[in-house]
Amino acid sequence: MKTIYFDNNATTRVADEVFEEMKPYFCGLYGNPSSMHTFGGQIGRKIREARERVAGLLGCDPGEIIFTSCGTESDNAAIKGALAALPHKRKVITTRVEHPAVLSVCRDLQNQGYTVVELAVDKQGRLDPAELEERIDDDTAIVTIMYANNETGVIFPIEKIAKLVADRGAVFHTDAVQAVGKIPLNLSKSSIDLLSLSGHKLHGPKGVGVLYVRKGTRLSPFMLGGHQEAGRRAGTENVPGIIGLGKACELAAKHIDEESTKVKSLRDKLESAIMKSCPDCRINGDTKNRLPNTANISFEYIEGEAILLMLDKFGICASSGSACTSGSLEPSHVLRAMGVPFTAAHGSIRFSLSRYNTEDEVDYTIQKMPEIVNRLRELSPFVC
Amino acid sequence: MWEYTDKVRDHFFNPRNVGEIEDADGVGEVGSLACGDALKLTFKLDKDGRIREAKFKTFGCASAIATSSVLTEMIKGMTLDEAAKVTNKDIADYLGGLPEQKMHCSVMGREALEAAIENYRGGGKKKRHLEGKVVCTCFGVTDKEIERVVRENNLTTVEQVTNYSKAGGGCGSCKGEIEKIIEKVQGEKIKEAPVPAPQRGGKLTNIQKIQLIQQTINEQIRPALRADGGNIELVDVEGNKVVVAFRGMCAQCKLADVTMRDVVEARLREFVSKDLYVEEVKDSTDRSQTPENTG
Repeated sequence: MKTIYFDNNATTRVADEVFEEMKPYFCGLYGNPSSMHTFGGQIGRKIREARERVAGLLGCDPGEIIFTSCGTESDNAAIKGALAALPHKRKVITTRVEHPAVLSVCRDLQNQGYTVVELAVDKQGRLDPAELEERIDDDTAIVTIMYANNETGVIFPIEKIAKLVADRGAVFHTDAVQAVGKIPLNLSKSSIDLLSLSGHKLHGPKGVGVLYVRKGTRLSPFMLGGHQEAGRRAGTENVPGIIGLGKACELAAKHIDEESTKVKSLRDKLESAIMKSCPDCRINGDTKNRLPNTANISFEYIEGEAILLMLDKFGICASSGSACTSGSLEPSHVLRAMGVPFTAAHGSIRFSLSRYNTEDEVDYTIQKMPEIVNRLRELSPFVC
Repeated sequence: MWEYTDKVRDHFFNPRNVGEIEDADGVGEVGSLACGDALKLTFKLDKDGRIREAKFKTFGCASAIATSSVLTEMIKGMTLDEAAKVTNKDIADYLGGLPEQKMHCSVMGREALEAAIENYRGGGKKKRHLEGKVVCTCFGVTDKEIERVVRENNLTTVEQVTNYSKAGGGCGSCKGEIEKIIEKVQGEKIKEAPVPAPQRGGKLTNIQKIQLIQQTINEQIRPALRADGGNIELVDVEGNKVVVAFRGMCAQCKLADVTMRDVVEARLREFVSKDLYVEEVKDSTDRSQTPENTG
């Protein structure tokens, strides 16, 4: 059975070109870039190239790029590193809809005595910058707000927020794991101080991430040890990973227009067809400011895990914000923060596409979806 | 991804006896849309008082649907006395087992069956009355229900109780009470079982003890209370007496006396020392300057 992969916000396939670029650095060119001999030392050039490619995609200076092991490490390093560099400030501002890589860190900081403010979102998952303006004060060390939400795809007005935070003298970090490669960014014209991204969300390998640190931003290193990454992140470089991520960024820059054209039109087709063919559905999230690849749809009266298993039988991969898929008993914190009724949150399905998806795949899913929904609704005691 | 047995998958993809018997003898309805799963079970008896036909309608995940389907098959041909003896474990075993976190689906099946039998015996009374007092307000689970899953499935931890009955899976504030119920039901059995030895080696000095108490409050207790809009402050330690004050939601909670103190005491005994006991200061606004993080 063919796999139809609509779960690209969870992870993506590694691009063929990326894999080719990485291959020589496992068994052949396995040297350590810190070594004095040519065999190892020459690897440094490839890492430099990767750094330039990442900087090219982000529109920043290569010196502002630190390679890490994943998006989660970048988030941890950014938040904890900024706080350590500003020991006299004790307040952190974030949102209720952050990824756990940020939210768990903030809640842990709260237990350590920091004041943590979690900004609310409205029914469409939008932030109110006025609330931030009201809550930010002289004691605020860092504001950390995601660029785009992983579950709904809602994009926050990050440039506006970054400017506001800069004007108030706090550090601004954004978890841009879902945004990079899907929407164009230009950090040279931005007030963002710190930005996290992850390789495997943009057709790069797993196990590698980036923390962008704007020149002049004070940050205490999170990982201590050797002098790698100019002393800002110790630990032997994940050489193939970094090289792969560099290539993935180069490809992302090349294909960025496809995201807002091809990928978006596939997503729109999938979404509108499902909304038309399945009654009692709703789209979760602000459809005007949304990643071009993400659709989050709630199906009333049926449960998300059951839908996923039915989809899985047809080889279609998606994900759900229902309680049953998380192993906890409560549905997604993002949908709850948006005030999506529990009944709809339990039946939410996220489809996230990529440039590798085809129209045929979308058509096949459009054909199967009403069948699945009707089948489960026949079982449901809430449908007459 | 959940590891489901072939039998679970079969009953999910090909559910048996879907629907609703119109002139049913017994009707059982449990769960709700908000809880994430719900089941309506109907049955019809033959002239010998055996279940001739059973049908279900279920809102829920794959294991909830499979559990309901398999239940309708199991009870066919049973007398009501026999059906009343079916436990959630029987249902789960029939499916070749369920993932631990999904055991509450089998409990929902048993509850619906009981509700349907009760409905028949009560002469068509629709409303199922809850027995005992509600312990978990998030999911509406009573002490009697918890006692029963503990007994029938030989459970020994709060986590297991949550997996089997959902109790404690929301805000978590009832965990202390659940722990007490487990203790009550399992009694000696638990005490005999080897304690998962959090006992620290050697005797603690006073400073070590206070630091450990503060650390336990910071890491183990406060996060749970925070989830519920509350907070806790360590006021003093005198010998084995730990004096704490509750803040926010916890301070106003009428149950604070019973539940909060018990949760805190249980945690401190687990992580610091068996001999500790907790006292609560009711009005300690004047002590709000007590420095936190003494550790």
